[in-house]
Amino acid sequence: MQRFIVVRCFYAVLVLFAVSIIVFVLARASGNPIDTMLPLDATPEQQQVFMELWGLDKSYPEQYFDFLVNAFRGDFGNSVKWADRTAMGLVIERFPLTLKLGAVAIGISVLLAVPIGVLSAVKKDTIFDLNGKVFALLGQATPPFWLGIMLIWIFAVELDFFPTGGDEGISWIILPAITLGWFQVAALMRLVRSAMLEVLETEYVTLARVKGIREWKVVWKHCLRNASIPPLTLFGILAAQVMTGAIVTETVFSLPGTGNLAIEAIRGRDYPVIQAVVVLFAVIYIGMNLAVDILYAYLDPRIRYDRA
Amino acid sequence: MEVSLPTPAQAGPQAGRVSRFVREVRRYPLIPITILIVVLIIPAIFAPWIAPYHPIDDGGLPNRLKPPVWAEGGTWDHVLGTDKQGRDILSRIIHGAKYVLMVSLSVIFVSGIIGVSLGLIAGYFGGWIDNLIMRGVDVFLAIPAILLALALVTSRGPSFGVVIFVICFILWSRYARQVRGEVLTIKNQDFVARARVVGASHFRVIVRHILPNVFNTIIVLATLQVGFVILLEAILSFLGAGIPRPTPAWGLLVSEGRELVISGKGWQLSLFPGVAIVLVVLSFNLLGDWLRDRLDPKQRNL
Repeated sequence: MQRFIVVRCFYAVLVLFAVSIIVFVLARASGNPIDTMLPLDATPEQQQVFMELWGLDKSYPEQYFDFLVNAFRGDFGNSVKWADRTAMGLVIERFPLTLKLGAVAIGISVLLAVPIGVLSAVKKDTIFDLNGKVFALLGQATPPFWLGIMLIWIFAVELDFFPTGGDEGISWIILPAITLGWFQVAALMRLVRSAMLEVLETEYVTLARVKGIREWKVVWKHCLRNASIPPLTLFGILAAQVMTGAIVTETVFSLPGTGNLAIEAIRGRDYPVIQAVVVLFAVIYIGMNLAVDILYAYLDPRIRYDRA
Repeated sequence: MEVSLPTPAQAGPQAGRVSRFVREVRRYPLIPITILIVVLIIPAIFAPWIAPYHPIDDGGLPNRLKPPVWAEGGTWDHVLGTDKQGRDILSRIIHGAKYVLMVSLSVIFVSGIIGVSLGLIAGYFGGWIDNLIMRGVDVFLAIPAILLALALVTSRGPSFGVVIFVICFILWSRYARQVRGEVLTIKNQDFVARARVVGASHFRVIVRHILPNVFNTIIVLATLQVGFVILLEAILSFLGAGIPRPTPAWGLLVSEGRELVISGKGWQLSLFPGVAIVLVVLSFNLLGDWLRDRLDPKQRNL
């Protein structure tokens, strides 16, 4: 088990390292910030001073090394747009909103997906199961931004239940969270269903029934507990989807979260902020996957020896 | 709550009819194929002939923001209404189909070729090559795809090529992962060892003996990915990183309508292009499910 954890952690660091290279190249590939930051009539001398100030006059390997050392300390330099703010500071400031949104979205998808998935498995091939299937298919075919706009149209414009955007009060989070969680519900539901179907056929479930345990207890306790291992792996992917989804959702609902910040930063060629956002997202994603891997190996000992 | 397991006897005739209906639909995926032909293929090929209006030319002030025909004030001249420049929404959707088809086909082929080749190599040779490629897959999965796309677009400007490149960049790893898994089980079978004994080169073994055995998986995966590609392209267009304006790409149409929907002036702008996206993605997913049941039953529950 220890060996497994060490190997996995090593891989995670390796992946993070590769991500840092791509992030660096990416930021350099998105155009020279001089074009957007200095007025068009800036003299060559002014440009030179600017380049030196930001370390843009050094060679690329040198720039990368500086970047890596600083990134390790969470320092991506000051934002280009708001020169008195650090990039990481800006990202951290905007992050709670995205985190809240993501948490509520995942909460909604779990609350919807688990019961529907379990019932679809228990009532396999009935009307209920068919409805579940249709629901999942529609869920996976709906573009999240379109769903968001339609929710605004129906619930905020026509019915006037919720605000069309902004983040005041409590009700603002409901529509964005549904938009963000919707896509995940379908995938999670299908996974719960197939895992439940497998568990329902095992001998220990039959044994539990033979012992006279109530059916609801067999399903919701004995089966669901064992069927929850495969959906667990999805959580790593879920984290990534929620973060990328946040970019879209925050744009649709004009929420000032990290996703919105990223879009602003890219439009303004704000290198440090772009780097900070991408690295933060990548760290969360890699961290989630590492945690899921270790948890998975802990729950199912066969994996430790197979994958290490 | 008491939950009872439906045994065939308990389920009764209704459940039988339902499952028989599902079976029939699944046997011949007529519905998705029809939808695809009507909503995607015919418009993509015949757009200039069947679209009632030009998709980009200004429709003139008097025609601005007409509602669809069944709503109050709608006319048969503009069945799905018009946008704020008086352009016919139906015509724009019809012309947009071409871009959906072009993007999805090119992405599926390019990323398929890259991903399948790398997956074959990783699975077949194993060892450090496998490790290298699979860590590469991990890296690509860890990068927020949409941010990458946006950053690229800012430097190169939005274009058809950038969209293709970005989506391929994200998609190849899915093929590689799946194909590698398949190859791992196939390469230990006798026929592979025998082919080697007879003197076949590694290249020949991979292309002639292993590739045909993973081909079904590839077809199924490719069909199931089309929906994802269309959604991703739509998201990119929505964020302004997709095919540039004034091309009537479907995602762009939805995004153009956003302001007007929120201000309550023209819900038709976003609704209909979105419905077109849902229909096409849904059909491809259904088709993929059907193919999987036919060609690759062991993955049914994925």
